[in-house]
Amino acid sequence: MRRPWWFKLLFYLLLALILVYLIFPFYWAVVSSLKSPQELFETPVRYWPEHPRWQNYVDVFTQQPFGRNLLNSTIVAGLTTLLSLIIGSTAAYALGRFRFAGKHTIFYAILSVSMFPQISVLGGMFVLIRSLGLYNTWWALVLAYMIFTLPFTIWVLTSFIREIPRELEEAAYVDGASPAQVLRIVLLPLMAPGLVTAGLLAFIQAWNEFLFALTFTIDNQARTVPVAIALFSGASQYELPWAQIMAASVIVTVPLIVLVLIFQQRLVSGLTAGAVKG
Amino acid sequence: MSKHSRLAVRRTRTAWLFLLPSLLVLLLVAAYPLWRTFQLSFYQVSILQFPLKPEWVGLDNYRYLLADPYWWISLKNTAVFTVISVILETLLGLGIALVVNANFAGRGLMRTAMLVPWAIPTVVSAQMWRWMYNDVYGVVNDLLMRAHLISQPLAWLADPHLALPSIIAVDVWKTTPFMALLLLAGLQSIPDELYEASTVDGASGWQQFWHITLPLLKPALLVALIFRTLDALRVFDVIYVMTGTNPTTMSMSVYARQQLVDFGALGYGSSVSMGIFLIIALFAAAYLVSLRVELD
Repeated sequence: MRRPWWFKLLFYLLLALILVYLIFPFYWAVVSSLKSPQELFETPVRYWPEHPRWQNYVDVFTQQPFGRNLLNSTIVAGLTTLLSLIIGSTAAYALGRFRFAGKHTIFYAILSVSMFPQISVLGGMFVLIRSLGLYNTWWALVLAYMIFTLPFTIWVLTSFIREIPRELEEAAYVDGASPAQVLRIVLLPLMAPGLVTAGLLAFIQAWNEFLFALTFTIDNQARTVPVAIALFSGASQYELPWAQIMAASVIVTVPLIVLVLIFQQRLVSGLTAGAVKG
Repeated sequence: MSKHSRLAVRRTRTAWLFLLPSLLVLLLVAAYPLWRTFQLSFYQVSILQFPLKPEWVGLDNYRYLLADPYWWISLKNTAVFTVISVILETLLGLGIALVVNANFAGRGLMRTAMLVPWAIPTVVSAQMWRWMYNDVYGVVNDLLMRAHLISQPLAWLADPHLALPSIIAVDVWKTTPFMALLLLAGLQSIPDELYEASTVDGASGWQQFWHITLPLLKPALLVALIFRTLDALRVFDVIYVMTGTNPTTMSMSVYARQQLVDFGALGYGSSVSMGIFLIIALFAAAYLVSLRVELD
């Protein structure tokens, strides 16, 4: 079907509109982060920094403990991801390959944990963390984050394992390999793309988490990036350091966007695996 | 016992062994805290004293909850937030999915751009928008005044009539692309032949949408809807960052945390948490039933 030229024009205008809508807030954060205080608090608003400068990015690290927050976030999200992948992959193997009584019950139980509202365990989790002596440590967050990363990891990996043909494993069993060996030597290499997808999604979830991080940390010992960005304060209580907040926002968002660009195909398939195929 | 069934027994044992670490971890971080929260909801107990000194009050916390105006306000705010944001996200998401599903140059770029709002941490996007909404220096006021849509700057987050709609707009921005991606996956599973055949039969684009696209998209649409509803019902980050614990916008989760942490009321806060849990459990049950997971 041939479309008239004005239809095409309209279509591309619509696309441009959607694109601007999606990207503009990020663009605005970048522009604001490059402005001087004079430019930032200027009316009417300037849509382009006249004298772009990096000072705000330096200030984030010298006037705020942002380096420490980044370290905390990286370690917490990294450990959470690693642990979820290790114990999640054996569980996914059991659920994806073995037949046994009670399997459906277990699967539904794990799935329903992933739908728990975090707030419904907040009080109990707080008591647990205090009694384990983990309050205001990385481990408090790693432990708490397992409640959403682990079920999600198991879910993604299980659907991945079910797509892998069984022949190789059967050959290994015939050769006398144990189930643990089959998982480690035969299946894990084949699962690599699934592990990357699940790991990436778990990392992003843990990196972005706010409620637990806000509640289980008290100072910069373990405070993660989202909490730091939410609580950034300036010279006075009424004066928020907006340029620094925007600089910090750009710093944490850029790596995420790069990851998304590299792995977009996998991320989309991982996210839709559960939701659409179902 | 035959060799076959002995093998089956061994396989079952192996399976449970493989499941064990995950089950233990989930018992510790999910079942135990949930049980503990449930238990605490029958006590009056302060979060500030460790070890805890709980005092049994029976159902008092729940009686108080039912009479607590702030609980009902937060429930109403959450309901408004959920209904409006989910409807807008679904309609806009469907629109964007239909547009992006067409063949055009630069489609890859578009799909990537769609992941940007999703990848930005909620707290960060809330701060970005809070700056954009600034009543004096904000770009939102500037744009709307340039377009002559408003005659004077508005205090988006301070005005009680505008605060919740402003927050909903942020959530819509953040989540619509994700919705669109889910629906796009659904659209792409519809075979082209159906459209080709109906075009031959002389169906209009509109007819095709109502009689082919929408019915075949229904499963994906339903799942995406419930998925988003569950998410919206527990909203915390965006509201907490943008307006704190202000009652005009406070959600159920914000209220529960305020009771638990800011007021230190571990007992009463836990009963608020259980109220939220019950409401969401009803929706989650509907989700599980509609999903019917295939395992083998």
